[in-house]
Amino acid sequence: MAESNHATADTGSSKLVLEHISKSFKTSSLNVQALDDVTLRIAEGEFVCLVGPSGCGKSTLLNIVAGLDRPDRGLVEADGQTITAPGPHRLMMFQEAALFPWLTVLGNVLFGLKLSNGLTAAERQEKAEYFLELVGLKRFMHSNVHELSGGMKQRVALARALAPNPSVLLMDEPFGALDALTREQLYGDIQRIWSQHRKTIVFVTHNVREAVCLGDRVILFSPNPGRIREEFAIPLPRPRDINSVDLARYATEITRVLKGYVQTEVAG
Amino acid sequence: MIARWLSASLFFLALLAAWHFAVAAKFWSPLLLPSPESVFDYLRSAVEDGTLWEATLVTLRRLLIGYSIGILVGLPLGLLTASSRWSQDTIGVLALGLQTLPSVCWVPLALLWFGQTESAMLFVVVMGTLWSLILATDNGVRTIPPIYTRAARSMGSTGLHTWTHVVLPASLPFLLSGMKQGWAFAWRSLMAAEIFVTILTGFGLGHLLHYGRELNAMDQVIGVMLVIVVIGLAVDKTLFAPMERFLHRRWGTGRQ
Repeated sequence: MAESNHATADTGSSKLVLEHISKSFKTSSLNVQALDDVTLRIAEGEFVCLVGPSGCGKSTLLNIVAGLDRPDRGLVEADGQTITAPGPHRLMMFQEAALFPWLTVLGNVLFGLKLSNGLTAAERQEKAEYFLELVGLKRFMHSNVHELSGGMKQRVALARALAPNPSVLLMDEPFGALDALTREQLYGDIQRIWSQHRKTIVFVTHNVREAVCLGDRVILFSPNPGRIREEFAIPLPRPRDINSVDLARYATEITRVLKGYVQTEVAG
Repeated sequence: MIARWLSASLFFLALLAAWHFAVAAKFWSPLLLPSPESVFDYLRSAVEDGTLWEATLVTLRRLLIGYSIGILVGLPLGLLTASSRWSQDTIGVLALGLQTLPSVCWVPLALLWFGQTESAMLFVVVMGTLWSLILATDNGVRTIPPIYTRAARSMGSTGLHTWTHVVLPASLPFLLSGMKQGWAFAWRSLMAAEIFVTILTGFGLGHLLHYGRELNAMDQVIGVMLVIVVIGLAVDKTLFAPMERFLHRRWGTGRQ
């Protein structure tokens, strides 16, 4: 079944390399160790899901890869270059749609495109329309953001993240606030887009089934301090249906392991 | 739409009628409460001999210049205030303190500094506008959900670009209400200044009001008050209301 797989890819072929990452936050009352010595390699074109209970540092790790946060210790590299700031090759998609309400749908998708150099206005327009078409929302391009449903907003956010053609897509629980039916549609969309465009995707979620449905690899985090506990390779064929029995078997196994950690944490 | 116009017109006609009958019933001396007819007579004669136009122009000119200075200085200062804790503790506290000062309190200072000049008038208007605008801008910027700037940063937006393309547009609803409030304060302070101070460079609506009182001409007092109200309404309906409607439509806030 779900085999534990500590793959050791060599640094040369890895898209993203994270070595011995530690990060802590000071709150008013205590010092939280969000990440403790996390090492992870992600290959070009790989779909990796980070799973764990809240507070296990998985979102922090994503922010570090995005360049929005700096680690206290450790090394983060993308394509062999140390990450020090956000860049157009690694775009982030957030839990809330984070779309700009003062822009139209089209304006939102154009925002990132205008920041990436070397495109004429016509090319930007063409790209924006192409990606809105890809997520099925081209006819809403002149709509205001508030006129869209939650699922449509996340589709626009996806189009906005894809449009500047990043090689890495970082997704922080992007479907967490959506209803189950909308989520299932988006699982289909994201798999289709991933297979067409072959981005490297790092996907954070606390939903094990979602992780198994989407990921080549599922990486399990435990909290206090945030650490990688186990990795699972998911060799299921694609496109995957979240309701399939095979998928459920993997999910059950991973959930069992996850519960073990959470209970030990509580007991200990 | 027509029904709305009709019911609003009826309301104001009823108000006018109530005024008319209150005067006709002679509850108060006509010296204290002139009839609507005599107020309209005054307004007509003041329009005909040009005093009303002239006074309105003088007042509006002061208002526009003072208000513009207030915005041009207040907006950047408000952004600055919101940008660091240090400026919050200094400029922010200063603005908060001075905003509580009624703008008429600036009049004696303005007179001593600038004498009976146009500058004194403008100074009072600027002081009336500036502080509330700084506070509104500061508040607007602080209220922006941090996710907007994070999303923009992740797409490669930095420094000035983030301010002009994210922070400023995101705080537009607050800026507009700050500008509206600033406009109201500018009006109040200018009227206070004009009523208190006679200057030779221009005879504004406040002066007209003041001399109405000196001459015991209640029709003039009430007529000028009406003009002030109408100008205030007109500015709101033609300048601020369309901007508000646009923001409500974009943001999906408010009714309709």
